[in-house]
Amino acid sequence: PPPPPPRLRWRSSFEMVADAVYGDAKISRQDIMKWNGWGYSDSRFLFNKKGQGEFTGKRYRLSGMILPSLKDWFEATFGTSLQHKTPATPTLNVSAVPPPNLVEPFVEELKVAGVAASHDPEGRVFRSHGHCLHEIFALREGRIGRVPDLVVWPNCHNDVVKIVELACKYNVCLMPYGGGTSVSSALECPLEETRSVVSLDTSQMNRILWIDEKNLTVHVEAGIIGQDLERQLNESGYCTGHEPDSMEFSSLGGWVATRASGMKKNIYGNIEDLVVHIKMVTPRGVIEKSCQGPRMSTGPDIHHFIMGSEGTLGVVTEVTMKIRPLPEYQKYGSIVFPNFQQGVSCLREVARQRCAPASIRLMDNEQFQFGHALKPQVSSIFTSFLDGLKKFYITKFKGFEPHHLCVATLLFEGDREKVLQHEKQVYDIAAKFGGLAAGEDNGQRGYMLTFVIAYLRDLGMDYYVIGESFETSVPWDRVLDLCRNVKERIVRECKERGVQFPPFSTCRVTQTYDAGACVYFYFAFNYRGLADPLHVYERVEHEAREEILANGGSLSHHHGVGKLRKEWMREAVSTVGLGMLQSVKEYVDPNNIFGNRNLL
Amino acid sequence: MRVRSSSRLAVILKLTTLQTLYSTDHPGLKKRDELEDMLEERRRSSDARHALRCYAPAVYKGLAPREVSALRGAVLQSDALQHVIGQVSAECGERRELVQEEAAHLLDEMAHRLRLGTVRFFAYVLSKVFKTLFRSVRVNEEGVQRLQQAIQDHPVVLLPSHRSYMDFLMMSYILYTYDLALPVIAAGMDFMSMKVVGEMLRMSGAFFIRRSFGGDKLYWAVFSEYVKTMLRTGYAPIEFFLEGTRSRTGKSLTPKTGLLNIVMEPFFKGEVFDIHLVPVSISYDRILEESLYARELLGVPKPKETTSGLLKARQILREDYGVMHVYFGHPVSVRSLAQGRVKRSQYNLVPRHIPQRPCLAAQALVGEAAFRLVRLQEQAMVLRPWTLVATLLLQNPDGMDLPVLEEQAAWLRRLALSFGAFLDWPGRTCRPVVGAGLALHKNLARVSGGRVRLAVAETPGVGQTAEELAFDRAVGVLSCASYRNQILHVFIRPALLSVALRTANSSRKDEVYTCFNFLWTVFSNEFILCPGASVQDFEEACYLLGKCCAVQESQQDIVMSEGGHATLAFLRALLDPFLQGYQVVCQYLCKETEENLRENKFVPAARNFALQLILAGTLKCYEALSSDLQKNALAALVQLEAVTKVKV
Repeated sequence: PPPPPPRLRWRSSFEMVADAVYGDAKISRQDIMKWNGWGYSDSRFLFNKKGQGEFTGKRYRLSGMILPSLKDWFEATFGTSLQHKTPATPTLNVSAVPPPNLVEPFVEELKVAGVAASHDPEGRVFRSHGHCLHEIFALREGRIGRVPDLVVWPNCHNDVVKIVELACKYNVCLMPYGGGTSVSSALECPLEETRSVVSLDTSQMNRILWIDEKNLTVHVEAGIIGQDLERQLNESGYCTGHEPDSMEFSSLGGWVATRASGMKKNIYGNIEDLVVHIKMVTPRGVIEKSCQGPRMSTGPDIHHFIMGSEGTLGVVTEVTMKIRPLPEYQKYGSIVFPNFQQGVSCLREVARQRCAPASIRLMDNEQFQFGHALKPQVSSIFTSFLDGLKKFYITKFKGFEPHHLCVATLLFEGDREKVLQHEKQVYDIAAKFGGLAAGEDNGQRGYMLTFVIAYLRDLGMDYYVIGESFETSVPWDRVLDLCRNVKERIVRECKERGVQFPPFSTCRVTQTYDAGACVYFYFAFNYRGLADPLHVYERVEHEAREEILANGGSLSHHHGVGKLRKEWMREAVSTVGLGMLQSVKEYVDPNNIFGNRNLL
Repeated sequence: MRVRSSSRLAVILKLTTLQTLYSTDHPGLKKRDELEDMLEERRRSSDARHALRCYAPAVYKGLAPREVSALRGAVLQSDALQHVIGQVSAECGERRELVQEEAAHLLDEMAHRLRLGTVRFFAYVLSKVFKTLFRSVRVNEEGVQRLQQAIQDHPVVLLPSHRSYMDFLMMSYILYTYDLALPVIAAGMDFMSMKVVGEMLRMSGAFFIRRSFGGDKLYWAVFSEYVKTMLRTGYAPIEFFLEGTRSRTGKSLTPKTGLLNIVMEPFFKGEVFDIHLVPVSISYDRILEESLYARELLGVPKPKETTSGLLKARQILREDYGVMHVYFGHPVSVRSLAQGRVKRSQYNLVPRHIPQRPCLAAQALVGEAAFRLVRLQEQAMVLRPWTLVATLLLQNPDGMDLPVLEEQAAWLRRLALSFGAFLDWPGRTCRPVVGAGLALHKNLARVSGGRVRLAVAETPGVGQTAEELAFDRAVGVLSCASYRNQILHVFIRPALLSVALRTANSSRKDEVYTCFNFLWTVFSNEFILCPGASVQDFEEACYLLGKCCAVQESQQDIVMSEGGHATLAFLRALLDPFLQGYQVVCQYLCKETEENLRENKFVPAARNFALQLILAGTLKCYEALSSDLQKNALAALVQLEAVTKVKV
């Protein structure tokens, strides 16, 4: 039989209208996105009048569906009641936005240079934050802190050069803004900043400049959003394969600036493996390499000063990236393990044999149950009968303990034959660790969870529940210990700080490497009865990070440091290491024009 | 009708215990749990049924208990042990398999083989034995409940005080009775020589370690991995004695940190979330080994543990040993101890199975924790009135009139309570309490003609030399002192201050502290004085003496108050035997003409020196004969660099 057409996860959101409208004065994505929550305005979770969970809109597979088990899970997990609501402030109170501190000649010269700019309060608020809990929580309460004084929209590399020159001339603070999905307080304006703060929005620099099919590279302006890049490349039969969980909204420049990691890195690599050439504008001038050789021995790789610099050195304007022909075939899969420990051992073995599929992730039991709560209403009696049968088989026949079992989700990519072969290899390894294949559906639902989890946080915040995710990377031998200790630390700290109901504290292994894994934690709790829930939240997250570091985990695998994790930088890279980074900053940007104060 | 009255009686009894424990006239005392007699139930129902009853203890995190063989395999295959086996085989050119075999052999020599059948046998026999020996065994059931919870939440380490061989039998017996997970107990190799009994102890959860294995890398690896594997997997609570051996003097011994280091490491390395250390205080009205200890201190070697020796010991079953108290303290979380003290990330850069010397901070923490735990044991040790009587009798070697003794005991009771002693003093009157103590310890004190005195011979018996007489007396004094010593931890800090007040040149605080600190340093091996805490101890002493109105403090000075004479004199007299004993040791060392004194010759020579002084009539203090005191004195002098140890 002929191979089926490639199944692309992003089909559903590809039909979306182009985000930015060129040449329009109201150039921004803010029209279709929430100002105080995650993602598209039309897509949100809610409990309808019958108390059933529902996901609105038309963009996602889950959109428009009823989720019958969500309410029970939600109430049982957090000890909340749908009677107790904490709705967000519906609209932005423009009068609460501080007036802009503008440097008039700077604005004038921008105008002369033809760079779009605006000090419209909504646009400034929109670019004043990322998606840390405290940032969104404040917006929901209508609290507005320090916001940028001006937003500028360069259209191309040369515009950026002009802007940076003018900023240096007038000593204006520049903060690059890409997709705004930061979760490290990187986009918060430093409170101590007294200069005029200008948000440099790269969204208009979103063109693919050329595709080189001989070398399989693409040259792109850095403001392009992940899904647009992927969609446009798909049209030519290619992809980058870089799919961070935030790819609907995050930008190429942001990936470079934070050392992003994609879900399918096992095939395509992380951003540092994908990038061939970077052009960045700094106060000292433009930094770039002279050729596109695939590897060089020319001293320390200057790309590594740029990747992870978090907007402290300059603006990434153009990037050459590797591309691959679109895979012929994609297949999801899932494996049930009797417990988390067996699951981790299996992932470790898969990594040892270097046969990891495009993506392999292992959820713990709590997350497995969470995933179940998001199962849409089943369409027929037959399906529900089948579900019951599966459950019976796993728990009764195979003897899996429902409160210990956990699930790995898989995504295979490639040509059909190889995928099937690969699939067999992985399932054979899994069988050695007591793993049972649990179907494509479960796998797909697992990945869907990734994209809707951020929406779910907004739902939680409507009902006294706050939470966040954070991540780390850790050597294989410490994965289990780290997961257990961090989860327990969270539970303990919540209890000690007066949280009335045990928190939701769960983790998953999301990436495998030769020498270790990336672990992701979700943590949320019901804050009813707490005087200062945000403070409690921040302390618990802080303690959880301490626990991670004490257990051999890294400060961050891909979220970056920003301002949220700055306090641990010295410990993380040593005093000399920090000094090295500082001296680079001093040379490149002596007047701290790129003054977001991240990282250092 | 009868039932009601007896239950009311029980209530009244409870009330009286409550009152004595946190006596209303001494507010500010630590709240302590109530103690219940656990033998009462045993006296009412069948011991056989008790031994055969369904035993299903709650276990760590509800995990299924592991088989002994699975534990053995886990230890032998562990990365840590394999690593050392590789090292040892490379170092001595031995084949790896041979070293592996050697490790397996060591493990088999060491490991426990817990069997429920043996436990049930012990449950039966010990029920009988304990009921014969003790009038009651009183346990704080709240503490047992806390322990039960702790065992389910975290790996638990039980740290009982060690005064008698009874200790670990009793511990396991109590845990079995309350349906708690049975501990795995670190025992000295000495028991192994008792063929049958050694094996039986092994089958009831004891594992055996060699007394010294400093240089033996393989032994150390097998041993530490064995203990850590049990902890990590929550296999069973681990039990060992911080003091390392039974205290022959009734005082707590300076803690050993070796095993404590091992059990804390899984936390430092992140292998467990937390570990709970549970101090357990076991105290006896009368210690079974009472006069044996005194003889040992005087140089009669400890009888070898043999099965036939044990059988001979049956005669002890005929005696009355009064009441035994077991107090389970609050679990101490290693995590909270280490909070902000130890950087666990120091272990990030080396694979965790490779042995790594703990950093200085961790070493210091373990040392401090060890002292703190022994202090907790001391503080929860139930003290009986007899300890006060023994104290008074030792201070009055010529005897006391009974009414005077009673009056003084009452006074001392108030003083002890105000210092926070955990004194179990039934009722409020003195007479019956003192009388009961004297009756129980009639081998140590004698009442004749209304006068009470130590039961020591005045004149030599037929065919007894003067030396033998002195030895006999010393046995009596040291036995009695072992009861006085039980209460010393209550008085030691104020006592040091009392002596310092006397010796200091002025009443200026800093000068008094200098004297205090000197004494504190000298006696740091004799008493449980936490290293580095001399300022704290000084402040505590000032506070306590101020509280009982013995001294008055001002900004600069500290002086005896008007009514403080009796208290201070008593406290000074308490330290007197130790001061004299240490002086004798110093005199001996000064007179010792030999250039290099061998360490193993020191104790007999010092004892002989003291004996000669006693025979000459120049020394009245028999406690100077105690080898424990002599060793402590030597250790102090080495620490103060008055004496140096040289390797020849």
